[in-house]
Amino acid sequence: MSKIIEGLLYSESHEWVKVEDGLAVIGVSDYAQAEMGDITYVDLPSEGDEVSAGEEFGALESVKASSELYSPVSGTVEAVNEELESAPEKVNEDAYAAWIIKVRMSDESELESLMDSAAYAKITE
Amino acid sequence: MRYYDRLIFELSRPGRSGYSLPGGGESVNFEGGLWRESSLVLPEVSEVDVVRHYTNLSQMNFGVDTGFYPLGSCTMKYNPKINEEIVPAFNALHPLQPESTVQGAREVLDFMDKALAEITGMKHFTFLPCAGAHGELTGLMLMREYHFSRGDTARTKIIVPDSAHGTNPASAAVCGLDVVVVKSRPDGLVDVEDLKPLLGPDIAGIMMTNPNTLGLFERDIKEIAALVHECGGLLYYDGANMNPLLGVVRPGDMGFDIMHLNLHKTFSTPHGGGGPGSGPVGVAEKLVPFLEKPRVSGFHGNFGVILRACAYILSLGRENIKLAGRLSTLAANYVKESLKDCYKLPIGTVCKHEFVFDGLSEPNGVSTLDVAKRLLDYGFHAPTIYFPLLFHQAIMIEPTETESLQTLDAFIEAMRSIAEEAKRDPELLHSAPHNAPIGRPDETTAARQPVLKYSAE
Repeated sequence: MSKIIEGLLYSESHEWVKVEDGLAVIGVSDYAQAEMGDITYVDLPSEGDEVSAGEEFGALESVKASSELYSPVSGTVEAVNEELESAPEKVNEDAYAAWIIKVRMSDESELESLMDSAAYAKITE
Repeated sequence: MRYYDRLIFELSRPGRSGYSLPGGGESVNFEGGLWRESSLVLPEVSEVDVVRHYTNLSQMNFGVDTGFYPLGSCTMKYNPKINEEIVPAFNALHPLQPESTVQGAREVLDFMDKALAEITGMKHFTFLPCAGAHGELTGLMLMREYHFSRGDTARTKIIVPDSAHGTNPASAAVCGLDVVVVKSRPDGLVDVEDLKPLLGPDIAGIMMTNPNTLGLFERDIKEIAALVHECGGLLYYDGANMNPLLGVVRPGDMGFDIMHLNLHKTFSTPHGGGGPGSGPVGVAEKLVPFLEKPRVSGFHGNFGVILRACAYILSLGRENIKLAGRLSTLAANYVKESLKDCYKLPIGTVCKHEFVFDGLSEPNGVSTLDVAKRLLDYGFHAPTIYFPLLFHQAIMIEPTETESLQTLDAFIEAMRSIAEEAKRDPELLHSAPHNAPIGRPDETTAARQPVLKYSAE
């Protein structure tokens, strides 16, 4: 059973979002990291890049597979967790601590289409 | 097998050499600081050191010449030695030789063009691509040129099924096309209803493998071809799984416009150590003008591989080549039916040359990786594992047509023993292999911190 944190929002493609100081902090769920196995590379966007809800913004690579990252919200990338470049294993260690990007949202109403922890727990059963 | 893991640098002794040339050698003066400043790090070894070193290393290897190699998607069929015997007659050729002196090589290429056209239903082939993915990129570039030549520049998307080989979307991305994924139905075939709404004036075409990566024949291919052509797109055939169709069905007749073949798979040339390959691309008549000119020239892909494939086609002949496809299908279904009571078979229909299990029926904590590692102890190469990604514990088995009933039975018996061991003694499998020189390399660290070259320090 993978870990799901209450209070976060989740996408169908297994990203989580936490709103903090008006920014959307985005990572991948514990379920996603467990499915991927040992992550060997995180392909990150650059600060200032524009992202759109449902569109690809980066990728995770593991020994087993490569998987795209999809942004749950639209906006501008304000910060990138560069630590993951040299230490991709942080995503496996704690997927909720290892945020990937922070986005200045252009349309906060997009958050409403995301799942809460209970709904996300259902789809990962 | 004697364990051997030394580096040739460890055998090196200062001043030792294989042989010496008469005279003291000549010294050459280079202008402009071209001399290297550091000393050259080369091993100093005798001839016998070199021979023993590489012979010992070769004995640590596993290949089709040492045993059964059911690596799904890779068609590790036996490579007949007659293919090798023809090579010395050609291996002194140089691409810049006068044309009048290379008529034999030209005849080989011309024959292969005709033979592959007959086998596949395409009009002509180019032999430039050196492997499958190279063929894919070449084929997609031909597709793009075809659309551009008609002023049809809005076709920027390509459809790829979710069961596709990873090279398909990768080749499309390199070609500058956006990938649109079409889903599979529960029976493992492309979902025509999911495909329909994706088609439109922005679609360059679709890439398909038939039989697909689950070893299943895409039965709706005629309908798919009609739909894609109706919207103005082209069909690309990934020939990685051509083996079961040899002499039975032709991609050209299914409606494909462009395709590649993996000569190193379907036409029995050595591969599996990363090469060499050959991925000739065939096209339907309307795409012939986009092939390179002249159609036959000195620099024509991996000629040695084309030559071996030519030997294979000629030694089998038109009648026997039909048996290759049928026997590969029979072998796969025989193994599948013999094991489906102890391995989970997610799709139970008749397969073509390969099929996919989804782990053990009663795993008892034993993963597909454990099963694959344990197979090494029984003297077999492991099948492809964890691909396709549609199943979490995928084991993809492709026996090919070149194995005897006895070999297939021995493999089946080993797989059944492993299923029994999983119930009785799972720890035996978690710690497998027990008889291999290397057990479980740390693939994660190898991927995170790769050491890509030898360093003397």
